[in-house]
Amino acid sequence: MLRAVNSSFSTARAASTAAQKSLPNIVLVDAVRTPFVVSGTLFKDVMAVDLQKEAIKGLVERTNVSYDQLNHVICGTVIQEPKTSNIAREAALLAGIPDKVPAHTVTLACISSNVAMTQGIGLIATGNANAVIAGGVEMLSDLPIRYNRNARQALLGFGKAKSVGAKLKVASEFAKNAFSPELPAVTEFSTGETMGQSGDRLAAAFNVSRKEQDEFSIRSHTFASNAAKNGKFSDITPVFLGGKKPVTVSADNGIRVSSMEKLASLKPAFVKPNGTVTAANSSYMTDGASAALIMSEDYALANGFKPKAYLRNYVYVSQDPKDQLLLSPAYAIPKLLDRAGLGLKDIDVFEIHEAFAGQILANLNAMDSDHFCKENMKRPGKYGRVPIEKLNLWGGSLSIGHPFGATGIRLAIHSAHRLQEEKGQFAVVSACAAGGHGVGMLLEAYGK
Amino acid sequence: MLSRLFQSSSTPLRYNVRLFSKTSPAMLSTLSIEKNGDVGIVKIDLPKMKENVLNRALFSEIGTAIDQLGADDSVKSIVVMSGKQNSFVAGADIFMIKAQTSATVVQEMAKEGQEQFFRIEKTKKPIVAAIMGTCMGGGLELALACHYRIAVNDKKTQLAFPEVMLGLLPGAGGTYRLPRHVPVQTVFDMMLTGKKIKADKAKKLGIIDQVIQPLGDGLGPASENTHKYLESVAVNTARDLANGKLKINREKKFLDKLTHSVMTSAFVLDNVVLKMARDKVLKMTAGNYPAPLKIMDVVRTGYVDPSKVVDAEAKAFGELSQTFQSKALVGLFDGSTDAKRNKYGQGLPVKEIAVVGAGLMGAGIANVSIDKGIKSVLLDANQAGLERGQNQIATHLNGQLKRKKVSQLEKERIYNHLHPSIDFTAMKNADLVIEAVFEDLPLKQKIVKQIESIVGPNTIIASNTSALPIKDIAAASSRPDKVIGMHYFSPVEKMQLLEVIVHEGTSKETLATAAQLGLKQGKLVVVVKDCPGFFVVRCISPMMAEVVRLLLEGVSPSEIDKITTKFGFPVGAATLADEVGLDVSEHVAQFLAKALGPRVGGGSIEFLTELVNSGSKGRKSGKGIFVYDGKKGAKKVNDEASKLIQKYKLTANSACSSTEDRQIRIISRFINEAAICLQEGVIASPSDGDIASVFGVGFPPFWGGPFRFVDLYGADKLVRSMEKFAGAYEAVQFEPCQLLKDHAKSGKKFYN
Repeated sequence: MLRAVNSSFSTARAASTAAQKSLPNIVLVDAVRTPFVVSGTLFKDVMAVDLQKEAIKGLVERTNVSYDQLNHVICGTVIQEPKTSNIAREAALLAGIPDKVPAHTVTLACISSNVAMTQGIGLIATGNANAVIAGGVEMLSDLPIRYNRNARQALLGFGKAKSVGAKLKVASEFAKNAFSPELPAVTEFSTGETMGQSGDRLAAAFNVSRKEQDEFSIRSHTFASNAAKNGKFSDITPVFLGGKKPVTVSADNGIRVSSMEKLASLKPAFVKPNGTVTAANSSYMTDGASAALIMSEDYALANGFKPKAYLRNYVYVSQDPKDQLLLSPAYAIPKLLDRAGLGLKDIDVFEIHEAFAGQILANLNAMDSDHFCKENMKRPGKYGRVPIEKLNLWGGSLSIGHPFGATGIRLAIHSAHRLQEEKGQFAVVSACAAGGHGVGMLLEAYGK
Repeated sequence: MLSRLFQSSSTPLRYNVRLFSKTSPAMLSTLSIEKNGDVGIVKIDLPKMKENVLNRALFSEIGTAIDQLGADDSVKSIVVMSGKQNSFVAGADIFMIKAQTSATVVQEMAKEGQEQFFRIEKTKKPIVAAIMGTCMGGGLELALACHYRIAVNDKKTQLAFPEVMLGLLPGAGGTYRLPRHVPVQTVFDMMLTGKKIKADKAKKLGIIDQVIQPLGDGLGPASENTHKYLESVAVNTARDLANGKLKINREKKFLDKLTHSVMTSAFVLDNVVLKMARDKVLKMTAGNYPAPLKIMDVVRTGYVDPSKVVDAEAKAFGELSQTFQSKALVGLFDGSTDAKRNKYGQGLPVKEIAVVGAGLMGAGIANVSIDKGIKSVLLDANQAGLERGQNQIATHLNGQLKRKKVSQLEKERIYNHLHPSIDFTAMKNADLVIEAVFEDLPLKQKIVKQIESIVGPNTIIASNTSALPIKDIAAASSRPDKVIGMHYFSPVEKMQLLEVIVHEGTSKETLATAAQLGLKQGKLVVVVKDCPGFFVVRCISPMMAEVVRLLLEGVSPSEIDKITTKFGFPVGAATLADEVGLDVSEHVAQFLAKALGPRVGGGSIEFLTELVNSGSKGRKSGKGIFVYDGKKGAKKVNDEASKLIQKYKLTANSACSSTEDRQIRIISRFINEAAICLQEGVIASPSDGDIASVFGVGFPPFWGGPFRFVDLYGADKLVRSMEKFAGAYEAVQFEPCQLLKDHAKSGKKFYN
């Protein structure tokens, strides 16, 4: 993985374990995803584990990887279904992967599948695996809504209540609380603020206007619509849904190109009445899953795989979850490129997660701000502006959709495919995540 | 009530008096006028001042600015905001009022202010107040005179009517404009306590129309970003108000309206609302403070006789400005501002402290340090004691979380600065160690030696003793230049005073470091020379001896409480003795009697000794002078105390036993000792003595402290009374000190 780049990790390792052979190159063989579908629509009756299974099956079919070549399965997810808390294992079993292949689940909000990929990279780099499936899934059509704590305690205490009176007391306690359930938190635990509110404040702090946000949103939907029409979304693996009205879902269903007038008529969604973030310039609740096959280059070539890209380097960062909740790409990209010895001009493809139009534009402004780069990143001056003509040319999370746990792999495979199409050499993937986290990943075209 | 306010609010007011210069009548412009399209923007920005204050120049310039924009046809609406990010307008310029000696002149000034604000209110074009930073007193009145209010929801943006704490009332329309927006209870709550309200709360109450959340760092620093954002939101809002896109809707719910009209009818107001409020105020102030009563009267006029309220407000403001209570409170405000300044030079950096002893005091000291980001090692000899201290801090923080003073995350981050341990070596990296163990010299000396065996050579050792001489504690030290006294008051979380005690060998750097830490902890710092009892305890001890004498003369404990609270103490003297602890009082009395001789004596110490030995140590032991059994109702006198009062009974001297005599006997003992301290150079100034007395033991705030009392009451009158008492009792105990005699003779005052 790290051989091609000048990394502190690789040098440290080389120095301390001089006897070991140098680290292997790691490649992204291929990746697929289910269609990304607006929550509450087509996938509303399936379970998350089913979507993850579909993605893994699709990947196995597409790559022709044989089960005995796989060493590990890692999947990312955010909102967990309690029945399948290790969803990676359940999905792998359902997908037909032998029970001898271990599987585990990771979570880091919107970059969970990036974590799945980078853990896979780690297993391979340390010689613990040759081939890993990394996946991710999110299912927001169904949520683990719980009884509140009082009701739960009453339920748990029912067995211990011996007398009729005691049982009645517990039952009435339960009844009193049965109708005020707890939903999964939509606010940051540490700050009590929703992501939309934080995004709105972020846009204001970086002087991103409502018009710019709406324009960016239209750009995203337009690009996604064109990409879909032109067959760029070859990463989609169709999902067959049986039943009375059997249907095969083979396309994303959230892409809609709207007009500026229509977008301008929307009211702010989070900060009223003067906010700038609206439903149309935010990503929407999405169901979907993705899966990627990662190998060492040597193993891939020895076994006849044709990799799509090198996974060269990655970096995780985290910031203040209040004022910089969604600002991590601005930190991650310079750090990643510094580490790789590259600059913005060396990058041909940028795939940056679009949580909100205001968020992605704020990140671009941040990297291009002397004040911000000096004060917050301790750089001598501004880092520079990500060239918009290289950014998210096939649309992004605003238009394609954003199943939290699955988006990271979508970003990686879109950048790999764009490198092939656009004949570029290097691609940068970056995304923000709850808790103030972020990731940056560097991919290099294979065989260029 | 007022003393409690003073103790609990760390920054009661932010009037800035320094730079109001009467010698430059051609004032620099206090504001600028900008235009954003059809919106006129008035930015208040007093040059060279940290905060904006309403002075005469600003009053007149803002009226002019509004007139100018009102006449400009290209302007359709107006925004009033501050050019400063930390301060909308912090209040009226107190110097402007302080300098006046006539009620009518001040009344005229208030009228001028009222008229300027009416000009704003009556402007046809919508005027939006955009508030970021302190918005108090006159600043809030200015905002209320505007047609619409937007405020930033950050910690610095606070709205309040703090005038009552200076013995005044809101004099520029506050008394009649606030009641238009909030229920009568809230009006009184704000105006009678001076409490500060954050933007989100103010929105709920109806004072603010729109709240915006602060921004973080972005293209510019966070506060600059937020300030610009506020401006753009305010400009949009003003424009929308002008073009009718936004309509002001302050329609209350039917029930609220009904409640309001019932509550503010003359009958209910007089017989229920005002009656209850007045009872409460009288109970808390014993009628010593005229301002709260005047506020109620003026607000009442606004409800029942609106045409008269404008004049009533100005008149009451003028009258209050000339009361001695107001002068004393303003003096206290000046003194406390001074006690918050670092006058001691740059000390060593203190990043980590250790507190030895996790009792009430020790845990309290750690508590006021961790929330300032200072790592604090809390030590105790045993686990149970340590856990009690930890729990004290945790309980306090949970209370703050519940009252939304801190967020969950902030709370945990504060708590993470606390490092409790029973292993004393945990203090090894502390820059300053404060010992708060039991008041016993050999024990303290032992602890000092122990500390020195662990910490580095530069660590400062502070003792939280309330009376033991620092030089004696330093005698055990190998680094006496680094030994100092830091006397906190209980409960440390609430009490603002810190006495810093230097002995002869204490280095300047040590003093600077300790004072700097105290200021950082939010304390009012008064530096005192090393002497038995320092300042506060030394003054209170003879006063308590007099209280015991009164007890033994047959004055009932509740009568003593009554006459002392009537005099203005927040807690009656008998109750105070129980609160402090009779054992502590007894210990100090013994100690000071040895050190200072019969002057500090009074009622017999044996009475106290015997009472303490019977197990009555005060509130903490469930009984002292009174019984504390947790039952409500009037306090019962402890039987053992009654028996001992009989045993040590004294005959009262009828010539010295009127209520006023008794009050003056008590208070003169305090004042005389305070004056001796000033004479001996124990305290540096009358202001230091006043601050220490009010914030340390609750000396009546409206008297401003012992020295201000002498000025206001008259030194000659006080000395005459004392001479009378000197004849009736042991003379040395009432012998006025030279300084008091000089003042009595020459008519000189402590304050000019």
